[in-house]
Amino acid sequence: MLRPYCFWSSFYPVIEAIGRRAVAAVEAVGRVGHFLMDTVRALPDVGTWAAPAIVQMRRIGVDSIPVTLFIAAFTGVVLALQASYTFTGTVPLYFVGTLVGKTMMLELGPVLAGLALAGRVGASMAAELGTMKVTEQVDALETLAYDPQSYLVVPRVFAGAVMFPMIIAFAIATGIVTGWLTSLILLDLSTPDFLKGLKLFYRFKDTWFGLFKSATFGATITMVGCIVGLSTRGGAEGVGKSTTRAVVYSAVLILLLDAFWAVVLL
Amino acid sequence: MIEFRDLHKSFGPQPVLAGLSLKIADAETLVIIGYSGTGKSVALKHIVGLLQPDAGDVIVDGQAVSTLDRDDLTTLRHGIGYVFQFAALFDSMNVADNLALGLRRRRGLSDEEIDDRVREALALVDLSGTEERLPAELSGGMRKRVGIARAIALRPRYILYDEPTTGLDPVTSAVIDRLMVRTREHLGVTGVVVTHDMRSAYTVGDRIAMLYEGRIRQVGTVAEIQETEDPVVRQFIEGRPE
Repeated sequence: MLRPYCFWSSFYPVIEAIGRRAVAAVEAVGRVGHFLMDTVRALPDVGTWAAPAIVQMRRIGVDSIPVTLFIAAFTGVVLALQASYTFTGTVPLYFVGTLVGKTMMLELGPVLAGLALAGRVGASMAAELGTMKVTEQVDALETLAYDPQSYLVVPRVFAGAVMFPMIIAFAIATGIVTGWLTSLILLDLSTPDFLKGLKLFYRFKDTWFGLFKSATFGATITMVGCIVGLSTRGGAEGVGKSTTRAVVYSAVLILLLDAFWAVVLL
Repeated sequence: MIEFRDLHKSFGPQPVLAGLSLKIADAETLVIIGYSGTGKSVALKHIVGLLQPDAGDVIVDGQAVSTLDRDDLTTLRHGIGYVFQFAALFDSMNVADNLALGLRRRRGLSDEEIDDRVREALALVDLSGTEERLPAELSGGMRKRVGIARAIALRPRYILYDEPTTGLDPVTSAVIDRLMVRTREHLGVTGVVVTHDMRSAYTVGDRIAMLYEGRIRQVGTVAEIQETEDPVVRQFIEGRPE
């Protein structure tokens, strides 16, 4: 009679651990939902978030341009060379233009820049807000009758959603230009041939799909940075953990969103 | 008037406040003393709605803080200045902007009036001329004084001080004490001071309340506390290990 009891009782700690994890996961989802609701509720408070949004647009947008363009430039070069390597002897070489254009617009422009900016923007946001949280600056804002959602979160998410498509548009253009220059200088391809390939299967959807995707990446990275930063606990160690967490969560969500929009919109 | 009514607050399984009841009359300065980790700062945060009670409430001017909606809470906060333990200055802003931020939230104040109030508040804490400096360029004592100036600039009805002299040398602590007394005399505000610095408590307090095991152990005038026969309060105010 005792044997079944002993057998199952050995699983109790495991079941308890699973239960605890499940409860924690549900609580986390609830907290995120609550956070998103609060952010939406703060949107009409334009008077509070408009001015800090301008500052954030400069920090997120203008300051991110060098790193984004650097990545895009080398991506364009590599894409042209790899396309040429793949197509030589089998497919007309003007398809290099097609591959560079399509890939930069639909995938590599938004995703590579998004991943790079997840590190730059997401990490700095989580660190900044995390430090504000642990040094009671967020509490101080509240006592001064500011809603942290209006003053801290909405400007950042707005700036992310608006500026990411702009930065990534520059990145796409840069990648195409460096791809064209590579074709011109290193491959045996003329400008008219490259442009012919570029135009060949172009559809306007290629442009708006990449830019729309970029806007969702921008909103996601900044939102994750804010959620993680404002839930920071402890001192410097907590800020460090939040920074790492923000980058990891953002990168994972970018890849998930990328697949999601490909399934839904293409 | 501020009144704690049977306030309970726990963090996880750990009860911090277990039936705190206390009244703070208008225009008085009440000092809450107690051991580290006994919930003094937690009590203070309930007054401005930074924390929600598990049970009981804080009543400020007849309003139960935990039941206020966002707009009413904002209105309540307009009347309360909060001085944080480590000043909590916004480190990306200079001193003037730190003081002006709360004032910009007030309707009907022009930029000139805000500048005047900033200058006036800095003069009151003897920090005129520091407007352009960043918090990182200030000493610990100066940061605390800017924190007090930020609260004063709002011209609040209540000022809450969270450990205002912790971590400061005796002379700077005395400067902060004098500043708190001056603030009460000049502005007539009601003050709640959380501290375990007894010299500061005796200097700035009209009454002193000792928080012990989540409740008020004793409350009385400075003289009453100094002459108390309660062994727990005596041990604390004399700083005896046993």
